[in-house]
Amino acid sequence: MTEDEVVAELSSGMTIGIGGWGSRRKPMSLVRAVLRSGLEDLHVVSYGGPDVGLLCAAGRVRKLTYGFVSLDSIPLEPHFRIARQTGTVEAREYDEGAFYLGLLAAAHRVPFYPTRAGLGSDMLTYNPDLKTVTSPYEDGTELVAVPAFDIDVSLVHMNRADAAGNGQFLGPDLYFDDLFAMAAKRTFMSCERLVATEDLLREGSVHTLKIPRLHTDGVVEAPGGAHFTECLPDYGRDEAFQREYAATARDADAWDRFKADWLDLPAHEDYRARLAARQREAEAAT
Amino acid sequence: MSDATIDEICLVALAEAFRGDGELLCHPMGPFPVAAGRLARASFEPDLMLTDTIAYAVAGTLPLGMIVDDPGRDEGIVVEGYLAFRTVFDQAWSGRRHVVMGASQMDRHGNQNFAAIGDYRQPKAQLLGLRGAPGNVINHTTSYWIPNQARTFAESVDVVSGPGYDRVAALPGLGGRFHEIRRVVTELAAYDFETPDGTMRLRSIHPGVSVDDVLAATPFDLVVPDEVPASRLPTGEELHLIRDVIDPTGIRKREFRS
Repeated sequence: MTEDEVVAELSSGMTIGIGGWGSRRKPMSLVRAVLRSGLEDLHVVSYGGPDVGLLCAAGRVRKLTYGFVSLDSIPLEPHFRIARQTGTVEAREYDEGAFYLGLLAAAHRVPFYPTRAGLGSDMLTYNPDLKTVTSPYEDGTELVAVPAFDIDVSLVHMNRADAAGNGQFLGPDLYFDDLFAMAAKRTFMSCERLVATEDLLREGSVHTLKIPRLHTDGVVEAPGGAHFTECLPDYGRDEAFQREYAATARDADAWDRFKADWLDLPAHEDYRARLAARQREAEAAT
Repeated sequence: MSDATIDEICLVALAEAFRGDGELLCHPMGPFPVAAGRLARASFEPDLMLTDTIAYAVAGTLPLGMIVDDPGRDEGIVVEGYLAFRTVFDQAWSGRRHVVMGASQMDRHGNQNFAAIGDYRQPKAQLLGLRGAPGNVINHTTSYWIPNQARTFAESVDVVSGPGYDRVAALPGLGGRFHEIRRVVTELAAYDFETPDGTMRLRSIHPGVSVDDVLAATPFDLVVPDEVPASRLPTGEELHLIRDVIDPTGIRKREFRS
């Protein structure tokens, strides 16, 4: 598939889960395809990074369910900060671990998972969807009932995949991408490189085959598809690019330029070509 | 006479928060607390498990900033375990973990805010968010590193990320049974909550700081014992570990730019 073919499967108002973690292994080529589409009024579910920031900055997000929104080396996502401070998105914030349980509950098709995470904190005060549940056993403990996240479509980015939709991660952490895939009604996966099924174990051990094709509905080969977030071991984060992106939150002209240069491109190939040209310029300058 | 500087005294005071922890995941957030955890393991709490701040548990003492996936890493680094984020949550809920977090506001009950300033629903300033604080604090031992006490200690907090003793006492049943705020260390002193009502107590005061200095930087009623000990000075071995092994480039001192 292509990014635009994936986006053609989405519609405005949907709940979209996005894999990765902060500014790490985000399906950025798919996010840019959403940005150049007319999709709006989205409910985004994410351990957020620039995916969330970009979608908020472009006014596509109605509601946000998140464990955090960070660029890692820049602790708070600057466009997310603006969205919160101007009240333009409905925020459903979860403790990072409680968020995991919302994905797990959806993956396991149970209505909730209980946890102590959130007891006593303002996670419950400001999250009208959240209820508590009392243990039916002797202890009678009151626990937070984290509801299953009802996700229409998840988007994830893997290091390798085969055409059938078996996904492989080769970096230090899978994050929660398998659960995003299981939690959603449908999942589309981009990957750095599409390989033949018989070559998957040449790329990494069997322990890296973490997303079975049972939970994927389409694969996009997108080399550099996580840029500017990190996608180890294929590439690290493009910190210089990320700093430029972050600066667009402080300057409307800079945002317009960034949008014209990097977001208003017809396809991922055009983005890659422009990025290669930028890297050649940077090398020539040093 | 020790030539220890204030950053080194604070580092030892924070490392002391881990004394007696034995074998658990010592999981400090941010370079200064990470240095304190590494110091505790290298000196008096050898069974602690520590990560490279990414996904690997590392045996032996890593310098600040070095990670296992770093191509230029020290050849001597030994990985002893794998702690992906999911495993870290599992460990948190198992209770075999002690975190150190920061705070933008903290009150006398230990309620911590690093989520937002103003009305949460549309904050005047969005900060980090709740992050992992609600789940950490209610599930296992937590300590805090606060390098700007006067700016952080507050009569009340705008948002509770990590709940304090009053919030937890109000929970029905056994919900709060694993809650423990072990220590709060600031640039002035160390604090605990070893009081009948779980309010903050001055535990030790850093050399060169007076009780009046502490009170001037505390906008709430603080429990001050009749005799307040001085925070201990680093040993010669600890100074060697801090200066030559854990933080040879002085990253810890960045916290003290005023």
